[in-house]
Amino acid sequence: MPTIVVDVMPKPEVLDPQGKAIDARLPELGFREFSQVRQGKRFELTVEGEATADVLDRAKALASQLLANPSTEYIANVEVAK
Amino acid sequence: MNKLDTVDHAGQTPDVEQPWAQLGLNDTEYQRIREILQRRPTEAELAMYSSMWSEHTSYKSSKVHLKQFGQKTTEKMQENMLVGLGENAGVVDLGDGWAVTFKVESHNSPSYLEPFQGAATGIGGVVRDIISMGARPVAVLDSLRVGHEDHPDTARIIKGAVAGVGHYGNILGVPNVAGETAFDPVFQGNPLVNAGAVGVLRHENLRLAQATGAGNKIVLFGARTGGDGIGGAAMSSAAFDDEGAANTPVVQAGDPLQENVIIEATLELFAKSLVEGIQDLGAAGIACATSELAAGGDGGMHIELTNVLLRDAELSAGDILMSESQERMMAVVTPDNTAAFEEIMQHYGVEYSWLGEVNDSGRLTIDWDGQRIVDVDPVTVADEGPVYERPYARPASQDTLQAATFRSSQQAEQLPTTGEELKDAVIELMGSANMADRSWITSQTDSSVGGNTRQGPPNDAGVIRVDEETGMGIGLAIDCNSRFVYLDPYLGSQLAVAESYRNVATSGATPMGISDGLNFGSPEDPGVMWQFAEATRGIADACQELGIPVTGGNVSLYNQTVDTAIHPTPMIVTLGRYDDVATAVPSWLHPAFDGSAIYLLGETFDELDGSQFAHLRGHLGGMPPAVDLAKEYRLAGLLSNASRTHMLDAAHDLSEGGLAGALADMVVQGGVGMRINLDYVTERDNIDAFTALFSESQARALVAVPLSEEVRFRGIAESRGYPSLRIGVVDAGSQALEIQDLFTVTAEELRHGWATALPNRFGN
Repeated sequence: MPTIVVDVMPKPEVLDPQGKAIDARLPELGFREFSQVRQGKRFELTVEGEATADVLDRAKALASQLLANPSTEYIANVEVAK
Repeated sequence: MNKLDTVDHAGQTPDVEQPWAQLGLNDTEYQRIREILQRRPTEAELAMYSSMWSEHTSYKSSKVHLKQFGQKTTEKMQENMLVGLGENAGVVDLGDGWAVTFKVESHNSPSYLEPFQGAATGIGGVVRDIISMGARPVAVLDSLRVGHEDHPDTARIIKGAVAGVGHYGNILGVPNVAGETAFDPVFQGNPLVNAGAVGVLRHENLRLAQATGAGNKIVLFGARTGGDGIGGAAMSSAAFDDEGAANTPVVQAGDPLQENVIIEATLELFAKSLVEGIQDLGAAGIACATSELAAGGDGGMHIELTNVLLRDAELSAGDILMSESQERMMAVVTPDNTAAFEEIMQHYGVEYSWLGEVNDSGRLTIDWDGQRIVDVDPVTVADEGPVYERPYARPASQDTLQAATFRSSQQAEQLPTTGEELKDAVIELMGSANMADRSWITSQTDSSVGGNTRQGPPNDAGVIRVDEETGMGIGLAIDCNSRFVYLDPYLGSQLAVAESYRNVATSGATPMGISDGLNFGSPEDPGVMWQFAEATRGIADACQELGIPVTGGNVSLYNQTVDTAIHPTPMIVTLGRYDDVATAVPSWLHPAFDGSAIYLLGETFDELDGSQFAHLRGHLGGMPPAVDLAKEYRLAGLLSNASRTHMLDAAHDLSEGGLAGALADMVVQGGVGMRINLDYVTERDNIDAFTALFSESQARALVAVPLSEEVRFRGIAESRGYPSLRIGVVDAGSQALEIQDLFTVTAEELRHGWATALPNRFGN
């Protein structure tokens, strides 16, 4: 069965303490190529039947109603998993 | 970024249109800024003035009324105050070189938009006020007002706010020992989230927020500056419109782990005397901290703004000045101490940047990459904002409201009289959202972390040990019955002081001072302004009569949706002192108290207006219960004396729900029963059983006195001339509240509605 993946991220201007904590460890571990880490979350929605464009729209609606807190987060991506 | 708006550029382009209205200024205020500067303000200056002159930061509508807190403080009341009004938080002397500082602050509008982060950063902000006084935070408390318990949006607010308070306080490791929550439809679109914090310090570590000494360095440390909360102070100074938020700023997210490190680093700076002045960054961020530090000092200050460490490189100068990013502090350090300062920052892994220095120019100047963007007299920004004598008038509707007493209402036509009806009413009362078990809330907030909590919820007051050697410590309570304040703002505010004061005394402490969180509607409404004027007068007069100072507080106005203002809500935190916290008295019964006598202190009158019972019947009108502060003072003396000399097993103040509420609460909390005879009360006070149970007359408390102490207790009650009635005994075996000749209600019957009211609505 197809899966739709929804990625939710903290808004860029909102502080992300988890990303910041990871970020702080990078130099200690020798990863100097990266200047910032932001941590979001990924949801996997298993689709009943085919993942049509309509179903994808429904997934977007679900994402904005339930999966993301509009005051602190945004939906970075909604797509059918390859 | 657009072309930099420098001071020179502003001088050459006087006619540029500026967004003063969007920033919350009015035309007169904008013109005054132009007069002060003798030119138009730069973008950065406009950002500073607009946020510092906002209602939230400048107290422009409330100042004229707040003055009386200082004016009505007598010398006697000042005896124990080391620092009074005006600083970040007042400081009270506890003796033996110890002092305590406490403060309550509102975080109402951020909590409506995003309850979790709003409440969390409310705790974070008030804790930073405490540490900027050099104190170690030892307790937090919270007071919540939300809409109707069954309204769908109420769950969003209360679940988020409680989780946010718990998240921040628990991670910080500061116990949450006191609080209260009330539900009322008037708070539907304007919930109140007030957070308080208490800190202790040694006298020698006390520092004030001021930048003195030319050549001293200005440093910003803690979290980086991002786009959070830009325009927050302006938002808190406007009412929400129909569309939702008046203008939606970026939500401030808190990071309690960062704050934890800042607490330790800051306290070490104090302990090693490495800072001359310090200020936390709250509303209006760097704009506020620089102008207040400079205005509080004796000279000027110069800052290079590009030195601020940023989370978002795109921020404009104005944004950086106004950002309300959390967990930041600003300090003044002498050049000799900069190396030692940096060592501490590095030790704790706290980021810092040197922004500039103190000078004797009398000006606050801020550069952006060497170009001057701010050149102001800091006093005009921080202290000389507009002051309004807003018109106020008692609304004509107040007469109608006060005339509509409960007794004359339709709802009073069928009151419970038989034993069975009274029993049902007690069960209904205890199962109502405002009286029900608070475990759903208090189980999410850690009350014992730190190991110094003598008692926390559900006791009348939270009790914290300060000195581990002597056991000396403090008691805390926060209270306000908004319905009483609505019915009569002057008397209702005095009742809020009385209840908070009584709660501290009931737990055995001697009240020392109060901090007030004043939450009201729009000051532009003369009726609201009248409530505010009456409330502040009431609080100041009450404190004068009780002999305890107002040590500080907070004002939150514009808690209003279109035309509907909230009930005026001056939340009162009282702080009391114990010689030894081991003498603190719990407010519920333990099986070991079996056989102890139950005394009712004080008298009961027919006072049901604004009561919890009237609220249950959907009635609000009439006059609040009579205030008798001289009696409250005597009751407090009696209670703290009796507990200090170990005469009391338990004590419970009588407030919401009256005698019925207190009796049922004592029984249901511990599952230990009582046998009570109401006849003594009804005969002496000439009232019926219903009134005896549900009236909310003041200056009353219930105490459980062990048999061995009864003679002594009766002796002191008599010698102090305080009305006292022995109304029953503790019966550990019965697990029921028996009101003789009327009804018996078991703890189980009470628990049924009481324990489930909140979890059934808001989840487990």
